[in-house]
Amino acid sequence: MRFMRHQRLIVPVAIAAAAGLALAGCTSGESTPDDSSGNGEFAGTTLEVSAAWSGAEQTNFEAVLAAFTAESGAAVNYSSFGDNAATTLGTQIEGGSPPNVAMLAQPALMNQLAANGNLQPLSAEVIAAVAENYSQSWVDLGSSDGTQYGVWFKASNKSTMWYNADLYDQAGAAVPEGWDDFLAQLQIVADSGYAGISIGADVGWPLTDWFENVYLRTAGGDLYDQLTNHEIPWTDPSVTEALDVLATLWGDDALVEAGAAQRTFPESVTEVFGADPKAATVYEGDFVAGNIADDGTSTVGENALFYDFPAVNDSAPSVVGGGDVAVSFTDDAATDALMQFLASPAAAEVWVPEGGLTSPNNNVDTALYPDDTSRQIAEALTGAETFRFDMSDLTPSAFGGTAGQGFWQIMIEFLQNPSDVMGTQQKLEDAAAAAYAG
Amino acid sequence: MGASRRRMFLIALGFLAPALVLLAGLVLYPILYTVVRSFFSAEGGAFVGWDNYVTMFTNDSTFTAIRNNVIWVLVAPVACTVLGLLFAVLLEKIKWSTAFKLIIFMPMAISMLAAGVIFRGMFQESPNLGVVNAAAVAVNSAFGGGDAAYPGATPRGDSGLIDDSGILAGETAVTAGSEQNFPLVGLRADDVPTSAAQAEDAASAGADQITGTVWLDVVVGGDGTVGQIDDGKSGLPGIKIDAVAADGTIASTTKTDAAGRYVLDDLGKEAYRIALPASNFDEGYQGVSWLSSGLITAVIILSYIWIWAGFAMVMIASGLSAIDRSLQEAARMDGANEWKVFSRITAPLLSPVLIVVFVTLIINVLKIFDLVYVIPPGSSKPAANVIAVEMWTVSFGGGSNQGLGSALAILLLILVLPSMIINVRKFREERKS
Repeated sequence: MRFMRHQRLIVPVAIAAAAGLALAGCTSGESTPDDSSGNGEFAGTTLEVSAAWSGAEQTNFEAVLAAFTAESGAAVNYSSFGDNAATTLGTQIEGGSPPNVAMLAQPALMNQLAANGNLQPLSAEVIAAVAENYSQSWVDLGSSDGTQYGVWFKASNKSTMWYNADLYDQAGAAVPEGWDDFLAQLQIVADSGYAGISIGADVGWPLTDWFENVYLRTAGGDLYDQLTNHEIPWTDPSVTEALDVLATLWGDDALVEAGAAQRTFPESVTEVFGADPKAATVYEGDFVAGNIADDGTSTVGENALFYDFPAVNDSAPSVVGGGDVAVSFTDDAATDALMQFLASPAAAEVWVPEGGLTSPNNNVDTALYPDDTSRQIAEALTGAETFRFDMSDLTPSAFGGTAGQGFWQIMIEFLQNPSDVMGTQQKLEDAAAAAYAG
Repeated sequence: MGASRRRMFLIALGFLAPALVLLAGLVLYPILYTVVRSFFSAEGGAFVGWDNYVTMFTNDSTFTAIRNNVIWVLVAPVACTVLGLLFAVLLEKIKWSTAFKLIIFMPMAISMLAAGVIFRGMFQESPNLGVVNAAAVAVNSAFGGGDAAYPGATPRGDSGLIDDSGILAGETAVTAGSEQNFPLVGLRADDVPTSAAQAEDAASAGADQITGTVWLDVVVGGDGTVGQIDDGKSGLPGIKIDAVAADGTIASTTKTDAAGRYVLDDLGKEAYRIALPASNFDEGYQGVSWLSSGLITAVIILSYIWIWAGFAMVMIASGLSAIDRSLQEAARMDGANEWKVFSRITAPLLSPVLIVVFVTLIINVLKIFDLVYVIPPGSSKPAANVIAVEMWTVSFGGGSNQGLGSALAILLLILVLPSMIINVRKFREERKS
């Protein structure tokens, strides 16, 4: 029955989206509303929505918006601001015509817009919908200074450990339970003649993600937040503990494939899933599925599988990741209705079957995901007791986002010399002190 | 009189105005603004005096950048000019010289970025990816290196074996009449030779014998007991085994059979260490880590020379074609050898061109950016840093500190100025003479 209802929804939605796209042909990513659907509560109103998405993501999101139009009668125009969210929105706000709703990929931008008074706080109805559908981590992430502004619509999971199932089977290795078992399984793989894990540390960002996952598990969410805001120094004992845990893997030449510092991240995926695999495991977020598909040798869901980043000392399920948050700029009933719609499972369920959307909404029916791997990714995300945003995306970019400097570079140096925990902490603290001051 | 002079001045000004406006807008204003900007903070809001300049000379990454720039200036222009001179002079004397010149000049037609990508690929560490190391490994194995049967095998942990820089041996010495087994791991099941059979326990040792088995202690699919000979574990045939006496002499040596068994005969009463020599497991020569911190600057300079030697050659060749040949002929008539002709006649006549090429290259090298930005992998980026890359990184590469970036730009300008002045003087003198 569920399937039937779903079919009925999808067909008009798809037609509306196709019509929108056809009309949008020459106007670079801006769709014209479908005027035929004008008999709801808000018939005659037009809403403007912006997000970074283009291409297939835009098509799918426009289908979501069309579902809202079908339900409410309000027409919705979508436009893409590409990678320039801050500049584009800043210009529009200054010109007095911000979109009604925008999807932001950076919590820092949401906080900044909230502090400037550009955002509308969520209405009581939206807050109720969020409380019903989301776990507390997402409520907190959508809040700024205690006020809720955002509804998280799309999420990514950066706590996935991808492995070559053929090599694991051949070696007799199993999905590990906890960090120590993880090392033991990697050793079993290494015994069979393949490196346990391949790391691509040509640029430091995969290594910062490693650290964030371990730190969230050893120190917990509160310390993670404090470290993110530099309220505790990097010389804190909790950082020592996390680096010590990392060193048990990074310092073991038998487990880690040699040459990590000169390998790019895509190469490290090829080392595991390519035609001539040399290692059996690679760590990174859910986007690795795309790298595996690009390489074309292994098939996600068949011999390219993943397990959750292993728990450390029986830590609760935790996920580091990212996402897109919907925020509203105008205080009117139609905008509020759209925010309510985006907070409901119905909105995500339009996109989920098409692939490419992992919804942080707990009440989205996971049976709708198009394959087992994307379902497993989504279930890990909604099942996590603690979710935290990627730390290096929240810190000043001089510290957490510059190739060759700061967090990235110091983690590369730590990978090359994992015995120097104290020196690494001091370097991180020095770099952080300079970046947070500037 | 005054009126007509003013008229002339106005007319001159009228003609010069477009150029002056362009120069002022595109050259003068940016330089002045950069100077001003270098005295302000990262966001540009606060005046910080000389702070940016102090930071510049006290932080490590800028220091490395300045040191590398010095290395670049000392090495690259000289190497390019000398190579260019050699090519130009030697190519004059052969047939098909235009074809050769074309080939040497060809790299100039490739963008620096693309050249950087090419060189990065060529110097990859893995011999499977980098052509330079692939060649080195091929040459090495042609002379017999790296032909071990079981590269990379290691002893099973906690099995009483040690790995002494490639030699696998029992931890303790054993006496004749006993057994020493070698469970090994780290080998792929596919890499075991087809002659290998199921591993079997060795026959019990005689009074002057030591026996044992060398086997791959892994079952495909993961069954079996660690350190035990189970079904599905393969013996490793053809492994050389030595019995080493306490004084280091080899008392007996043998090889394993298809089931991995060995028997060492003719042993005395003393205790022996049983060792598998490193030649069984040698992974062979793996090439040089070209892109590591130590060699990265050399590799980038090499790629620079590859590109710019052609430029030097063309400039010098054109100078060469312009000099008066009769002087060389006269010297040859007087009995000067070719070296004397070159060093006493050709080179001095070429010196104006050589200086122009040399100074142009110095300016070019000081500003070097693309190659240094593209070639080094992340781990050796700090070691390869130069001022222009540092300037970009702090200004736009995430740091967004355009105050410090401006200060670095001013440093670069000051370093380039002397060469510019030399070049301008040179041109003036030439025009006078």
